[in-house]
Amino acid sequence: MASAAPLSLRAGVLSLLIFAIFALAWHMATRGGPAGPAMDPEYAKLMGATATQGKSAMPGPLEVGAKLIEHLRHPFYDHGPNDKGLGVQLAFSMLRVAAGYGLAVLVAIPLGFLIGMSPLMNKALDPFIQIMKPVSPLAWMPLALYTIKDSGLSAIFVIFICSLWPMLVNTAFGVSGVRKEWLNVARTLEVGPWRRAFTVILPAAAPTIFTGMRISIGIAWLVIVAAEMLVGGTGIGYFVWNEWNNLSITNVIIAILLIGVVGMLLDQLLARAARAVTFPE
Amino acid sequence: MSDRFISIEGIARRFPTRSGEPVTIFEDLSLSIARGDFVCIIGHSGCGKSTVLNVLAGLDQPDAGFVFIDGKQITAPGLDRAVIFQSHALLPWKTALGNVAYAVASRWPSLKKAEINARAQRAIDLVGLHGAEMKRPAELSGGMRQRVGIARALSIEPKILLMDEPFSALDALTRGALQDEVRRICRDTGQTLFMITHDVDEAMYLADKIVLMTNGPGAMIAEIVENPLPQERKRDEIHRHPDYYPLRNHLIDFLVTRSVTFRNDMPAGYDRKKPPVVKPRAQTPTMA
Repeated sequence: MASAAPLSLRAGVLSLLIFAIFALAWHMATRGGPAGPAMDPEYAKLMGATATQGKSAMPGPLEVGAKLIEHLRHPFYDHGPNDKGLGVQLAFSMLRVAAGYGLAVLVAIPLGFLIGMSPLMNKALDPFIQIMKPVSPLAWMPLALYTIKDSGLSAIFVIFICSLWPMLVNTAFGVSGVRKEWLNVARTLEVGPWRRAFTVILPAAAPTIFTGMRISIGIAWLVIVAAEMLVGGTGIGYFVWNEWNNLSITNVIIAILLIGVVGMLLDQLLARAARAVTFPE
Repeated sequence: MSDRFISIEGIARRFPTRSGEPVTIFEDLSLSIARGDFVCIIGHSGCGKSTVLNVLAGLDQPDAGFVFIDGKQITAPGLDRAVIFQSHALLPWKTALGNVAYAVASRWPSLKKAEINARAQRAIDLVGLHGAEMKRPAELSGGMRQRVGIARALSIEPKILLMDEPFSALDALTRGALQDEVRRICRDTGQTLFMITHDVDEAMYLADKIVLMTNGPGAMIAEIVENPLPQERKRDEIHRHPDYYPLRNHLIDFLVTRSVTFRNDMPAGYDRKKPPVVKPRAQTPTMA
């Protein structure tokens, strides 16, 4: 093809086009239709515009856009427990994820090292990992609430437990898969076990470990929304549930959008870190 | 041989098989190597020559027998022996200099960083890689990577260099250049060197002694061939030396036929503990 424009430009134009078609279809589908049958004005007042003017309960793209701009103008206001800025809610969620995920890193990487280095530990711990790994992290919630007796800490625990497995499994896999010739280099150079762990095994396994960390952050961000819907109080998950109770579909859509954006940023952050420790061979 | 700098005494190595009956790669294998010797070991794939090298390196343990180096028994890998691996085995996240410096820092842990880097740089310069020291292995050609491997091995000033088919993955031109380099360095430093190869010309050009191993399993050292070619060898001249073809024919005869038939056709008085030493030469009256 003799197309002059580079691929990324063409793809960008196409993306905009797809978005425009989607927004237009959305707008057409949600704009007010012909008025319904005449009814008693008192009754009509109770029913609201949805019933009387044929307007859809689903907000259109313009309403959502206007509301989004309003939110972005004041992201950090705090008007009491049920009315906080989206920035505040996202910050609560990210703090919980950071705490649970950070704890998981501290446990999973050393434990993964142990499992990866010792075939005995690998075999001994394998049944536990295999059984615990597929459990939905939310299934832990009642147990956490009962034992920890604090909803905020329980949410952090749920994030911890869901971030743990991918990191643990990947660290163990990366450590046990370090090329034998690199270990032999360390052996012929009489490198001690600690120095070998930090100068040979860790750099060799780092790309695999970071892949696990990237999977974990994705899962943690998925789970935090559900966990906060359960425990309530603060956070973007609570915000979504609260706005559903308020029947503000506009705010729910905005929250979905922002959850996606933050998730993408977290993923990109870990992808960048993974690239930094990946070595070409 | 009177000088038993390296002494392999009756080693055996067996590997378990699926049928349960372990297969004996070799047994009762003995060999001694003098200080400063350049020894090549030649044999077909599977004869266990790599296993012998791994035992010398301490990376593999014999099922029987002992290995002594400079009077000390070998049971584990150590810094007195440097291994140059067939696949270069450089750490890909370190630069060329970093790879060599890692070895230097392992050999002399108390050295300061500047001194470590200076020694590493000297080793890099010695193998002709000046200017490429900050490159990572992925940015280097196959020959340059193997040079870094050689620099890493030399940098720790080992008693013995162990090389496992170090040039087999390289193209002919690069291989020739590196052979010249290794020969020069060994002659300059008096380095003892034990090298595995399956390349007859490489063995003839480099070695003082060529150890011939029969096919495995149950491989034996058939004989030790003393290289009759003069110490001053020029790649473009040695093939005109009168002893060149007698030596080459002897080696090729061994690889083609005797490596298989030796077991059933042992020369009279063959002793595993003291394989015969031969020196193939042109048939001249001066031969005693």
